[in-house]
Amino acid sequence: MIMRKKSLALAVVGASIAAAGVVTANAQSDGEQNAETPYQNLVEMGYPAPQEGQLVHVPPTMADLEDADLHPELKKVIRRGYDLFTNTQQLRGKNVFNDMNCSSCHLGEGRQPFSAPVWPAAITLPNFRGKNQHVNNLEERIAGCFAYSMNGTPPEYGSDDMLALSAYHRWLAKGAPVYPDQPIYGRGFPPPDRPEALSYARGETVYQEQCAICHQEDGSGHYEDGEYVFPALWGDGSNNWGAGIVRTHTAAGFIKNNMPLGQPLSLSDQEAWDVAYYMTRQERPQDPRYDGSVDDMLEKFGPTFHKHSSYGDVREHDDHRLADHANWGEKGEEVIPWNVGVPRFEDLED
Amino acid sequence: MSKRIIGGLGLLLGAGLYTGSVLAVGPGDPDRGQTAAATCTACHQADGSGKNVPGGESWPRLAGLDAGYIEKQLHDFQAGRRQNATMMPFANMLNDQQIVDVAAYYSQMEVTSAGGGESASDALLNRGEQIANRGDWDKYIVSCKSCHGPGGKGVGSDFPGIASQHAGYIRTQLHAWKDGERSNDPQDLMGAIAKRMSDDDIEAVAAWYASQTVSAEGEE
Repeated sequence: MIMRKKSLALAVVGASIAAAGVVTANAQSDGEQNAETPYQNLVEMGYPAPQEGQLVHVPPTMADLEDADLHPELKKVIRRGYDLFTNTQQLRGKNVFNDMNCSSCHLGEGRQPFSAPVWPAAITLPNFRGKNQHVNNLEERIAGCFAYSMNGTPPEYGSDDMLALSAYHRWLAKGAPVYPDQPIYGRGFPPPDRPEALSYARGETVYQEQCAICHQEDGSGHYEDGEYVFPALWGDGSNNWGAGIVRTHTAAGFIKNNMPLGQPLSLSDQEAWDVAYYMTRQERPQDPRYDGSVDDMLEKFGPTFHKHSSYGDVREHDDHRLADHANWGEKGEEVIPWNVGVPRFEDLED
Repeated sequence: MSKRIIGGLGLLLGAGLYTGSVLAVGPGDPDRGQTAAATCTACHQADGSGKNVPGGESWPRLAGLDAGYIEKQLHDFQAGRRQNATMMPFANMLNDQQIVDVAAYYSQMEVTSAGGGESASDALLNRGEQIANRGDWDKYIVSCKSCHGPGGKGVGSDFPGIASQHAGYIRTQLHAWKDGERSNDPQDLMGAIAKRMSDDDIEAVAAWYASQTVSAEGEE
């Protein structure tokens, strides 16, 4: 009985979305996707159902690319972008100076709802971005990931690697409308409701029980025979203090919707927030916008960014002031991300 | 992985729990392990290669598996946390020291080739490769590689090597997880995924990993 009710309700939702004309699904998709009820599997796992008026897009897969009517040279470039996205470590020492791949956080090769799928960037940019207070295009947005999440420095705008990455993003957006009026289903890492109080100690307990088997007790992740397996959550192998996921709510949203791997939504909201709080109150390489003073950083970037992070906080249990250091991680002092702090359109009139 | 295990041991010792049994068991000795493994060879073979038995119960390759993983499985068979009618009486013959020795013995063997993937079609192998290396996120099947490591060669003691394992064994185990008959994996990490896999998915990964070779360390 329960099952029947559920599928009936889904069918109604699916139909209304279809009627609103904002569903997009790749016809050749090899999964069990259905344009009438996309992401039904996720809904059955407990994710929110697509709502009427949302843009629901099912990105094409790499298998779909083989059959797509695109120039063979473009297909090669998209494949290169996919390869860079899922094995960003090939740029280690050049653009990447930690243990991460793009796909470490953007699960499912950048296609997965509630795991910050990357195709929305391809249809919503150029757009104003609060983090750097100016209009960014897709390449500048990707460059930001290199400066912060990869603790590195980006490939040049227009370079082969940058073009390949942006082509992969665009491919995933195939069929979705540019500058959509509708909110996007599954965008970002939507956090659960913030509980009244967060606990470092409870977060540590949950971490050791649920996360340490892969990410290790010390958060350093795991390499096996020199090859990437599990990403580092803090320390020099992880993202720096300027990455979006240092914000507690972003980390909580990632964890709740995606962790432990294969068991999304299994942690309670409180557990997800507590683990996020614990994880984001560990040390990591300095934010590349830092110029010697944590207080200056808070003054400059508190209102737009670090009010959501633990940057500059003093940890209760050991009186350690977070991020009060000049450790840049593996990139050292020599490698400076060229894209950070570069203004744009300063002379435009209103 | 080792950091965690050492930390865990320290915790146990510090709390004064299990002090006796932990201290009683010395490090694994492959030579002693070979003697203790005399009863294992009937199925798992002298070279640890096991056997793919079409239509019957396949015997897993043990050669080159992680010692900690083998130890845990033997203890789990003894305690009933992992059920197998054939294996249980043999596991029960081993004491704690012999378990460590047998594990050391098999872990230092060279990985052998596996059976069961020979007649698989290209389409099946392609599907297997997809699940192994990329997963099928539309069904929320994460890639095998994301835990079992690049090439499915295994990661630490919690995530065993599955490349060059017999198709019949992989198939049986995935079905056991899917049907809730095996649940001795940490945090239900395997069980959660196996329950989303269709019979065809299981066939495909079994065939794919059975047809992969693992080169010995230091070669190439």
